[in-house]
Amino acid sequence: MKRHLLSVDDLTREDIERVLGRAESFAEVSGREIKKVPTLRGRTVINLFYEASTRTSSSFELAAKRLSADLVSVKAVGSSVDKGESLKDTIQTLSAYDPAAIVFRSPHAGAAGLVARWTRASVINAGDGKREHPTQALLDLYTLRRRVGRLEGLNVWIVGDVLHSRVARSNILAFGRMGCQVTVCGPPTLIPRGVESLGCEVRTTLDDLGEADVIYALRMQRERMAGFFVPSLREYATRYQIDGRRLASNQLVMHPGPVNRGVELSAEVIDSPQALISHQVESGVVVRMAVLYELLAGGPPGDLMQGRSALSNETSEPQPA
Amino acid sequence: MKALDQLLDRQANPAATVLISGAHLLDPRASLDGPADMILRGGAVAEVGAPGSLAAPEGAEVVHAEGLHAFPAFVDPHVHLRTPGREDEEDIETGTRAAAAGGYGAILAMPNTDPVVDSASVLLSLRERARAEARIPVGFTAAVTMGQRGEQLTEMAELADVGAVAFTDDGLPLRSAGMMRQALQYQRLAERNIALHEEDPALSAAGVMHEGEVSALLGMAGIPSVSEAVMVARDVELAAYEEGRIHVQHVSARETVAVLERARAAGVAVTAEATPHHLLLTDECVRHLDARYKMNPPLRAEADRQALIDGLRSGVLSCIATDHAPHAREEKEEPFEVAPMGVTGLETAFAAVYTELVVPGILDLGLVVERLTAGGEPFGLSVPTLAKDSPANVCLVDLDAEWEVGEAGYESRCTNCAFGGRRLTGRVRMTIAAGSVAFRERSFAIGAVA
Repeated sequence: MKRHLLSVDDLTREDIERVLGRAESFAEVSGREIKKVPTLRGRTVINLFYEASTRTSSSFELAAKRLSADLVSVKAVGSSVDKGESLKDTIQTLSAYDPAAIVFRSPHAGAAGLVARWTRASVINAGDGKREHPTQALLDLYTLRRRVGRLEGLNVWIVGDVLHSRVARSNILAFGRMGCQVTVCGPPTLIPRGVESLGCEVRTTLDDLGEADVIYALRMQRERMAGFFVPSLREYATRYQIDGRRLASNQLVMHPGPVNRGVELSAEVIDSPQALISHQVESGVVVRMAVLYELLAGGPPGDLMQGRSALSNETSEPQPA
Repeated sequence: MKALDQLLDRQANPAATVLISGAHLLDPRASLDGPADMILRGGAVAEVGAPGSLAAPEGAEVVHAEGLHAFPAFVDPHVHLRTPGREDEEDIETGTRAAAAGGYGAILAMPNTDPVVDSASVLLSLRERARAEARIPVGFTAAVTMGQRGEQLTEMAELADVGAVAFTDDGLPLRSAGMMRQALQYQRLAERNIALHEEDPALSAAGVMHEGEVSALLGMAGIPSVSEAVMVARDVELAAYEEGRIHVQHVSARETVAVLERARAAGVAVTAEATPHHLLLTDECVRHLDARYKMNPPLRAEADRQALIDGLRSGVLSCIATDHAPHAREEKEEPFEVAPMGVTGLETAFAAVYTELVVPGILDLGLVVERLTAGGEPFGLSVPTLAKDSPANVCLVDLDAEWEVGEAGYESRCTNCAFGGRRLTGRVRMTIAAGSVAFRERSFAIGAVA
């Protein structure tokens, strides 16, 4: 793997396989009473979030802690960013602590790439504007593969606000790289012009939804949408909501969260066993452990033995599904 | 139209007496294309003769220019001198020095400063500073609307009286068609051209780059090419209706070139310019999110670029303008979406166009020189020429010199050049503007004084 994880484009199919495989082995750890391994003991991970986040920031925190790293979390609010410090100066300041990794979320596309130019740490993009969110894509691949057993050949429909979604962009690239067939679907105002070039088909109705094995619904941002990008959320829901009527029994449903119940997904779908939403959240920790591991302790696959030897004192328990 | 050359200001530099010997003179308008000697004296081209035929006048500097080309000095109708307000980014001295280093003999400065050039007092103070600081003649443009807010016309007639060369709200479009119409009506009193930054604010919205495959990949809001074209279509209709004339700045989209072709065919008095960066670069450059490639209008697709080259060839785009827009380093070291729009260009314009369009045989050298010298023509300024008895505006260029556009070494205060890191061919060695030596490359050997 490259030194930084800035985009799904940085990952070969082999890289992705390795991260997913590593995540499987960490899932084993997560099933134990003591969920910690010493892999990153003595190393520092900085979580730097310039944008609100619950899932991503907390799962990165847990991932770093379970790898025994020293973790520092910095949020823009209440930090020197509030005092007008430039991004470059903030990064150079934090880099003085010699972190092994900086996990960075920004409201601006490419910001993680800039950070990578200014620090010796490995930079993990935890969301840069509306561009990419590569660890979300990895955890989605992981979740789906565990459920279905494979990724190759699956037909994935990504439905909703593709225009404003970094999750959509990373997932189009990631699903495509793993051999899935990807279709994006939404109202024409929310499909970016030229998106086909990412390697997906474009639909503006759910008429052919039946061809999908997996339906990946995107979050509609209520405050931003109504009356501007779509005439109303009510009309949007009538045409694009995944509900019990539209969902076939052989189809799976995913969503990056947080869900607007009754908008992109109906309550019955959210709570159905076909929905993988809570599994996606669970996967966040082990996949981010795997990413940290591969970037910081990586190397040839046998390396996990280092982690395993530390585990070997503990009783081996069967891992939860 | 009477020439407005006397409205340009510069330092009171003495006229140089120079014998340029053996340069290849190239001036398509004067049908000059071959080696010759040339004497500049008293602010004019005093003599042109066969190589070796002219003797140096007493006290003349002799420039041995064998192997170099002599062009009429270029004219840039679109420069941001950042003065008043952001003198840390550029001032009249550094901006005109940068222009001279690029082979320019005259430039027009844009009025989107702080304060905006929207009153006679601001304009007159700028003209006074230019007479103290400007290496080459500078013409100042004034805003069309007060504060460039698009709500109330400036005192266009009075501003013209005190020396505004043209009017423009550059940096912003004239949102209201009604305001545009009023400006065209007042043009009859002011007798100055109106230069237009064309985009529809509702279509551009929060866009930061060209809308297309690259913006789809990067998840950044796009500025569609039609944002420019629909505004140009509106304004050529208004110009036709009011029998006014307009100049479209920094054309970027192929749809705009098509609108301009139709308007010119219909007899509308519309001229247009293209920048070296739009002629040479595309939105592919933005893939790596380097803010040096952020400007407005944005770098567009390859088909747009090709249409601009065709338009330059046909003359629908009658001149090359740099839209030289210096920005402080720290402002460009921000994420792409946050960084300000604009790139510098005065010192690289000729070499970039020569390297990318002339060397590969896409455009003739003569045509490129003509388009670089024609920038003042839409505004009623005379076009520099090497013909005998015309004002001495000459640049000497080494077409074989290769150089790398670096991070430093600019005459400009800023380094945000879109061609940074590229190897270019063609180097300006010396510039004579309005009869005076305005630039001489430091390493360029100066001949003995006769």
